[in-house]
Amino acid sequence: MKDKPVYSEFHPRWYRPRMSTYWWVKRWSHLAFILRELSSLFIVWFVLYLLLMVRAVFGTNRYQEFFEWSAKPVILVVNFVSLAFVLFHAITWFNLAPKAMVVRLGGKRVPGSWIGASNYLAWAVVSALIAVLLLGA
Amino acid sequence: MAKRAIEPLLWMLFSGGGVLAALFIPMLLFLFGLAFPSGLLPAPSHQHLLVVLSHPVTRAVLFLLCTTALFHGAHRFRYTLYDGLQIKHLNELISLLCYGGAIVGTVVAGYLFWRAG
Repeated sequence: MKDKPVYSEFHPRWYRPRMSTYWWVKRWSHLAFILRELSSLFIVWFVLYLLLMVRAVFGTNRYQEFFEWSAKPVILVVNFVSLAFVLFHAITWFNLAPKAMVVRLGGKRVPGSWIGASNYLAWAVVSALIAVLLLGA
Repeated sequence: MAKRAIEPLLWMLFSGGGVLAALFIPMLLFLFGLAFPSGLLPAPSHQHLLVVLSHPVTRAVLFLLCTTALFHGAHRFRYTLYDGLQIKHLNELISLLCYGGAIVGTVVAGYLFWRAG
């Protein structure tokens, strides 16, 4: 060590309090953040479930088997919890969209409420299309 | 430096997958995961599902949904472990497992939807 610079004696770099591993349980907003992040697992579960279903639809005699398996209470509970997490993801995602997107039309900024509303409108249209496609026949 | 170059692509897949997952998954999961198996709503016949799922547009949309949702999930879960549990020393292993899993899932989905035609 050469001559110690006086000014960096108490440099902020050295002040690093240890953060608890469970820092996110104490406040609701922090817990909500972690729960929102955990929705990722349930989205991956849905993709696996969808792929299993597609495989069953195109396999011989697998379709009935799949629907019997999916009617098991354990699977219904997993899907119910997954739906809650996916809805949490969707709502937080659409609510964030106006903050993340800056759209300009004719040199003027489109108000955030319009962007949020258009996201919810798209959600409704897509959901209705899926429902009509599957229930209409 | 290669790692830095790929980061924007991963964030793009994250947000693209986030949008598609938010738009499509709630209704699909409600119908196929709860309403049909529990008998709340009448499930479509096997024949009807075959027709719907064989259509090129359905296959393309569902494949896109699957692959981007997997990368979205992989990316978000990687950061859940990073921020939530502060597992920083295993960063490389976690990235490998998350994105590796997403790549495997994409290949499986590609095979299934390609075969569905």
